[in-house]
Amino acid sequence: MIDLLDRRLLFVTGKGGVGKSTVTAATALLAADQGQKVLLVESDAKGNLTNLFEHPPVGFEPQEVHPGVHAMQLNTEASLREYLKLNLRIPMVGRVGPIANVFDFVANAAPGVKEILTVGKVCWEVRASIEGRADWDLVIVDAAATGHVLAQLDAPRTIRELVHTGPVRNQTEWMMEILSDESVTALNIVTAPEEMPVNETIELVAHAREETTVPLGAVIVNRVLPEPFTTEDEAVFAALAAPPAVDALRDEIGAGADGVLDAARLAVALRRARVPHLDALRAGVDLPLLYLPYLFVRDHGLRVTRVVADALGAELGL
Amino acid sequence: MTERATGTRSASLESLLVSREVVVFCGSGGVGKTSTAAAAALTAAVHVGGRVLVLTIDPAKRLADALGIEGIGNVERRVPDEVLRQAGLAPRGELWAAMLDTKASWDDLVLRHAPDEETARRILDNRLYDNLTSRFVQSHDYIAMERLYDLHSAGTYDLIIVDTPPTRNALDFLDAPQRMADFFGGRLLRWLTAPYRLGGKRGARLVNFASKPFYQVADRILGTQFLQDIAEFFLNFETMYGGFVTRARAVERLMKDRRTAFAVVTTLEGAPLREAEYFCAELTARDYHLGALVLNRVLPESFADPGVMVAADRLVEEPEAVAARLVGLGVDALADPAAVARVLRTVGSSFQNFAVVATREAELREELGRVPDVLATVPSFADDVHDVAGLARIGECLLGAQLPSARVRADAGAREAEDRPG
Repeated sequence: MIDLLDRRLLFVTGKGGVGKSTVTAATALLAADQGQKVLLVESDAKGNLTNLFEHPPVGFEPQEVHPGVHAMQLNTEASLREYLKLNLRIPMVGRVGPIANVFDFVANAAPGVKEILTVGKVCWEVRASIEGRADWDLVIVDAAATGHVLAQLDAPRTIRELVHTGPVRNQTEWMMEILSDESVTALNIVTAPEEMPVNETIELVAHAREETTVPLGAVIVNRVLPEPFTTEDEAVFAALAAPPAVDALRDEIGAGADGVLDAARLAVALRRARVPHLDALRAGVDLPLLYLPYLFVRDHGLRVTRVVADALGAELGL
Repeated sequence: MTERATGTRSASLESLLVSREVVVFCGSGGVGKTSTAAAAALTAAVHVGGRVLVLTIDPAKRLADALGIEGIGNVERRVPDEVLRQAGLAPRGELWAAMLDTKASWDDLVLRHAPDEETARRILDNRLYDNLTSRFVQSHDYIAMERLYDLHSAGTYDLIIVDTPPTRNALDFLDAPQRMADFFGGRLLRWLTAPYRLGGKRGARLVNFASKPFYQVADRILGTQFLQDIAEFFLNFETMYGGFVTRARAVERLMKDRRTAFAVVTTLEGAPLREAEYFCAELTARDYHLGALVLNRVLPESFADPGVMVAADRLVEEPEAVAARLVGLGVDALADPAAVARVLRTVGSSFQNFAVVATREAELREELGRVPDVLATVPSFADDVHDVAGLARIGECLLGAQLPSARVRADAGAREAEDRPG
């Protein structure tokens, strides 16, 4: 059994298009089902994560988007404001605007600064919960995509290497503690049984181990197609799709018979094309794998989030 | 310039490939941008002719292998005609491919713009430089545009097809040159480096500015040493200011020029499609030339056909009755009524699954508001495209009905002159 939800902080990453946000939202929903109080954090700037709960976009201030699930959107300037207020008691908070502009510029140019402001806020919420100053059971972050997530999670260390004195350096210590404690934090990777997502997952796992101390959680394989036929049934299907049977079938159910058979052929071909990618994933990654089915939908909302949460719950034995 | 087919005025992807010098493919992550861009380049090389380059950002390994650019860094490679012929294609022109190597491109840039080799060295050896160029998404955007400009102005290629980097916002790369120019031209950089400049020598402690709130805050947050490191780095970097700004403006001009067009790629799924519509609107609003909208991985229309749906429903509802008829045919594999009924039900429900998707796709397509003239549809293939033959299939779809057959006959070479479109 995988204790996916048995942490304080979950990061969820994945290649664009694999369903990272949907799985993140579903994980939050599942945790809330289990009675946890969840803070869902959007760190991608798109601002559409709450669509998955059919709730309007939220800002930096957490808002309840579903019973048990609060959501917030990270924002560098708001994080900076809060940081200055809480940590440094900077006197000119009212005039932070122009300073933030300059800081934004430094953040863009200097490595790790932008990331530390986002990851720092997340760590702060986790620490506050552990110390009883906030009551989140679980903080779930819709993190950066596979290519950038390590820069995000490793920001405290990057900053440590560059900043030698001052409060920022001191703050990196407890952040690194939270981010490398496997009883607190896990990085989960969403992937799909396709070439690029599988390759990126394998590479990410290797890089995470070589370059960071971030604990890895599970790989969630989204969009898995079921095998339509058993070997025995496959022979039946082959015979059905051959001329004498197709003629009889047309006669029986109409000219639509060909279109119906096409769809079944596509289902078989799609499944078959994905098998080698699944094999490569299993061979290339030694993390627990969780499988979520391909959903025959084209839009996402609370219903789909619910379906995915239930499928995830079933995989976890909940 | 090598000889090319001349343009037609009709709105087609082909006319776009004929009349433009640069076509930029953009779209949100995971919609198949890279293979669509490669397919467009292949199609142009095969049907239009001339020397065509596809500049890819991060191709799948098998695709990079197929194009012969796996692990070769920042150089362009010609895809051998032999490879194209093996895929049943008779190219009129040449297909070239290149992959973007961000680090190598940045190094080239520094070496070109730095006033002397010593400054270049100091920049290249700085750890901030390494971080800036390799870790920041924006630096990939900038360097992609920079490299495109370089390749275009060299005049070697008649057509350059560009894949765009995966970013949060697929249009970020358009702002990258301007951002870079602002960055170097901005007062902010001056402000940041001013105290060190005033000090006359590197490492001088700030005096005059010590009372300014920014320095107070920055000093307390980041520590003096870090600010000093940043300042030193940017003082060196600033020597390249002129070169950067000039280039950034030139890149921006090329992007807005009539010679450049944009193709937006999307699937018919809610989120990517809404994003694609936003890109289309935004490109037009900013005076870029929106050339085409490509709908990728679309299910066949027959999957939303009511007649076929009725047939599928019958299989799901009365598989036993249909099975009885088939068992009567006397085919060996169809002897067991229970097995036949089971397979028929699976076949029917499999169609029903796809029909839900296809119907929704058709609706989304109807809802598509303002779209560019050219709307190409590429069907859903079973596998990721990873070879030239697969790219050719996509290419056929991109051209739609514009050509009698995308697969050129064996004698095409001899007929080339009269065959040429336009």
